[in-house]
Amino acid sequence: MLDYASLKVIWWLLVGVLLVGFAIMDGHDMGVGTLLPFVGKNDTERRVVINTVGPHWDGNQVWFITGGGAIFAAWPLVYATAFSGFYWAMLLVLWALFFRPVGFDYRSKIDNPTWRSVWDWGLFVGGTIPPLIFGVAFGNLLQGVPFHFDNNLLSTYDGSFWGLLNPFALLCGVVSSAMITFHGGVYLAHRTEGEIQQRAQRWVKVMGLLWLGGFTLAGIWLALGIDGYVITSAVQPDALPDPLAKTVSRVAGAWLGNYQRWPLTILLPLSAYLAGIAAMLLLSGGRSFAAFWASALALAGVIGTAGISMFPFVMPSSSSLSSSLTVWDSVSSQLTLELMLVATLIFMPLIILYTRWAYKVMGGKVTAAYVRENNHSAY
Amino acid sequence: MLDNVVDLSRLQFAVTALYHFLFVPLTIGMVWMLVIMEAVWLMTGKQVYQDMTRFWGKLFGINFALGVTTGITMEFQFGTNWAYYSHYVGDIFGTPLAIEGLMAFFLESTMIGLFFFGWERLSRKQHLLVTILMAIGTNLSALWILIANGWMQNPVGAEFSYQTMRMEMTDFAALLLNPDAQAKFVHTVSAGYVTGAMFVLSISSWYLLRGRNVEFARKSFRIAAAFGFASICSVIVLGDESGYTVGEAQQTKLAAIEAMWHTEAAPASFNLLAWPNETRMENDWQLSIPWVMGLIGTRSLSKEIPGIHEIMAQNRLRIQSGMLAVQALETVRRDRQNSAAKAVLEAHKQDLGFGLLLKKYTADVAHATPKMIAAAARDTIPRVAPMFWSFRLMVGMGMAMLLLFGWAFWASLKGNFQHRPRLLKLALYCLPLPWLSCELGWVVAEYGRQPWTIYGVLPTRLSVSTLSVESLYGSLAGFVGFYTVLLVVEMMLMVRFARQGPGSLGTGRYDNETAH
Repeated sequence: MLDYASLKVIWWLLVGVLLVGFAIMDGHDMGVGTLLPFVGKNDTERRVVINTVGPHWDGNQVWFITGGGAIFAAWPLVYATAFSGFYWAMLLVLWALFFRPVGFDYRSKIDNPTWRSVWDWGLFVGGTIPPLIFGVAFGNLLQGVPFHFDNNLLSTYDGSFWGLLNPFALLCGVVSSAMITFHGGVYLAHRTEGEIQQRAQRWVKVMGLLWLGGFTLAGIWLALGIDGYVITSAVQPDALPDPLAKTVSRVAGAWLGNYQRWPLTILLPLSAYLAGIAAMLLLSGGRSFAAFWASALALAGVIGTAGISMFPFVMPSSSSLSSSLTVWDSVSSQLTLELMLVATLIFMPLIILYTRWAYKVMGGKVTAAYVRENNHSAY
Repeated sequence: MLDNVVDLSRLQFAVTALYHFLFVPLTIGMVWMLVIMEAVWLMTGKQVYQDMTRFWGKLFGINFALGVTTGITMEFQFGTNWAYYSHYVGDIFGTPLAIEGLMAFFLESTMIGLFFFGWERLSRKQHLLVTILMAIGTNLSALWILIANGWMQNPVGAEFSYQTMRMEMTDFAALLLNPDAQAKFVHTVSAGYVTGAMFVLSISSWYLLRGRNVEFARKSFRIAAAFGFASICSVIVLGDESGYTVGEAQQTKLAAIEAMWHTEAAPASFNLLAWPNETRMENDWQLSIPWVMGLIGTRSLSKEIPGIHEIMAQNRLRIQSGMLAVQALETVRRDRQNSAAKAVLEAHKQDLGFGLLLKKYTADVAHATPKMIAAAARDTIPRVAPMFWSFRLMVGMGMAMLLLFGWAFWASLKGNFQHRPRLLKLALYCLPLPWLSCELGWVVAEYGRQPWTIYGVLPTRLSVSTLSVESLYGSLAGFVGFYTVLLVVEMMLMVRFARQGPGSLGTGRYDNETAH
C-alpha cells in the first residue's frame, strides 16, 4: 500500500481534480444561469437556454456536494476552519444555491410572466454568486486568512466578513466569475443555434477578455505585492498531522518558489492562457465542442495555478503563522485516506461513464420547436 | 430568549434537519412506486401506467427539488456551525458522507434528469432502467447517511489519538456493519415507503371521492395500498428491531423513552402511559404492562434493563475516570514525552468523553467538585417527558396507519373500495401522519442522544464553531425566512398539480385538461 506522505499528495491532487470537475461540470450550468437573463430575450428563448442544462444541472451539482464531502473526509481541519471562518460567505453561497433546484423545476410549471421572471433572476443569482464567492475565497487563501488554533485544535476566525472583501480577493472573484460565465457561454453556443448562439458567442468574447486580463493582473499583483508563506521548520511529510508543530514565515515572492523548484509547473498558468485563447478561436471557427474542452482545460489551468502557487499550503493563517494548514498537517488518518482513495478510484470512472451517457442521450441542439413540443415536460 | 451559541446552533440544526426530512421520506418511498408503475407499463403496455408514472413523477419532482435544496444545507452545516465536531470526528464521519456523494447521489441526480427528459429518447427498457437506478441511488443515499448517523449513536471502529487530538478510524467494516446503522436504515427507508404510499393513497382517494379520473385513481390506489401495507408492517417489525439495538448501545435513550427511573427485576414491565416528573425523578403515576419491556428490550426473560438512576450511578463513575483522562490529555498536549501521563490517558481513554462533560461547569476538570460531578451525571439523562411522549405519539400513529393500510389493502383485494367513502375519507385525512411520525422519530433519535453529539465521546457543548450569538441569530433568521417562503411555494405547486390531476400532463386523456 502507499505510504502516508504519498497519500497526502495524492489527496491534494484529488481535491484539485474534484474542484476542477466542479468547475467544468457545475461551472457550465452556473455560467448558463448567469447569462440566462441576457441571452434569452423572451420566454421561449429563456426556456431554450434553461433546457440546455435542464437534464444535467442536478447531476453536475453533485460535484460540489462530493467535493465538500471529500474535503470533510480528507481534510477535516480545512473543512472545519474554512466553513466556520467564512461563515457568512458560505451562507451566501448556500442561500444562492437554494434558487437553483426550485428555479429549474418550478419556473415553467406556472404560465405567468412575473413568476417566471422571478425564477429567471433566481437562476441568475444561483449561477453567479457561488463562483464569485469561491473566487473571493481563493483570493483570501492566497493572502492568508486570519485564524488560529488553540492547543486542542479548536479554530477561531480572527477577521470579519468585510475583511474578506479586499481588493485582491475581489479581483480573484471577478476572474472566477468571468471564467465560469465564459465557460457557460461556450457550452450554450454549443447547444443552441441562431440568435441565442450568436449572443452567447458575443458574451464569450467579452468574458474571455475579462478573465484573461484579470488573471494576468492578479498574477502580477501576486508576484509583486503579496507575500507568500514558507515552512521554516523541518518538513516531515509522513508525520502524524499536527498543524501546531511547525513554524512558518511570510516571505515576499514565496508563491513563485514552486515554479523555480519544478519548472514544468509553469505549464499550468500557460495552459490557462493557451487553452482560453484556443477556446475563443475554436468557437468562432464553429467548433464548439472542441471549444468546450479547451475552455475546460483553461479552467483546470487557473485552478491548478492557484493550487501549485500555494503548495504545500492549503489555508495559510495570517494571524497565527504556525496555525497554517498544509497538505502535510490538515489531513485524515492514513486508513481514511486509503479507503477514500479506493472509493474514488472505483466510483469516479463509473460517474464519468454514466454522465457521458446522459449527455449523449440528451445531446443535440435545443430549439424553440423542442420547447413547444415538450411544453408540459420541459423546464 | 436563547443567549448562547450552543443552544442556537442546536436549534438551527434541528430546524434545518427536520425541515429537510419533510421531503426526504416522500422521495425515498415514491421512487419505488414509480418503478412499480413503470414496470407494470412495460409488462402490460397499458398507457394508463405510463401516465401514472409521469403524473406521480411530476409531484415527485416538485418534492425532490426541495429535498436537494435543503440537503445541501445539511452538508454545509457541519462545517459552518459544528467545526470542532468536524475536526474531532471528520476522520470517520466524513467518509460515509463522501462515499454517499460518489456512490449514490451522483447516480440519483444524473438519472433523475433522464427520468424527466428521456421519455422520447430512451427505449422503454432503458427508461425503466433509469428509474430503477434512480431508486437505487436514492436508497443508497439514505444508507450512507444513516451509517454516518448510526455512528453518532454507537461510535464503533474508532479510537482517540492524542497526537492529532481527534477520533480516528480503526475499523471500516465495524462502521459499515454497525448494528445501529443497519437497524436505522431499514426502519427509516420503510418509513419513507409508507410516506410515499400514503401520499398516493390519499390523493387517489380524493379523486375517487370526486369521481374524477376513476380508472387512473383506482390503479394508483391499489398499488399504494399494497405497497403501503407491506411497508408499514416492515416499519413496525423493524422498529422493534431498532428498539432492541438501542437497548444494547444506548440504554439511556431506552430508559428515557420508557420513563424507567429504576431498574426492575427482569423481565421489566412496559409503561403504556405515565406522567414523568423531572424534579422528583419519578413518575407521578404510571400504567404498566408486566414483562413487555424486558421482552422488547433484551429478547430474554432474565436480562435486566437498567433504569435511569442506575445509569446515572454508572456514569458518575465514568465521569470520575474521565477526569483522569482529561487531566492526562492536557498534560500530554503540553508535553508529548510525558510517559506517565500517556499511561494514565491510555488507561482511562474510554471515559474521556465523560470527563469532557465537566467542561460545562469548570475549565479545570481535574479539580471538579463532587457537586459538579453529580450535575454532570444528571446531564447524561435527556429530559424524559419529551422522549416518552414523542415515542408514544410516533408508535400510535404507526398503529393507526397499520389499520388504515390493512383496511385499504383488504378493500383493494375485494375491489369495491371506490364505493366506500368512509375508507376514502379516512385515507385522505391520514395524509399528514407519516410526516408527523417521521419527524417525531428523529426527535427521539437525536434529542435522546443528548448531551452528546457522538454518544459517550463528544459532548454537544464542545462540538460547536467559535461564532458569535449575533451570527447565529442572523443565520437562523435567514434559514427560517428562506424555508418559509420555499415551503409556501412548494405547497402551492403541489396542491395545484394534485388538484388538477393527470390532466396536467396535457395528453388529452383526463379530466381537467388545460392549455398548459
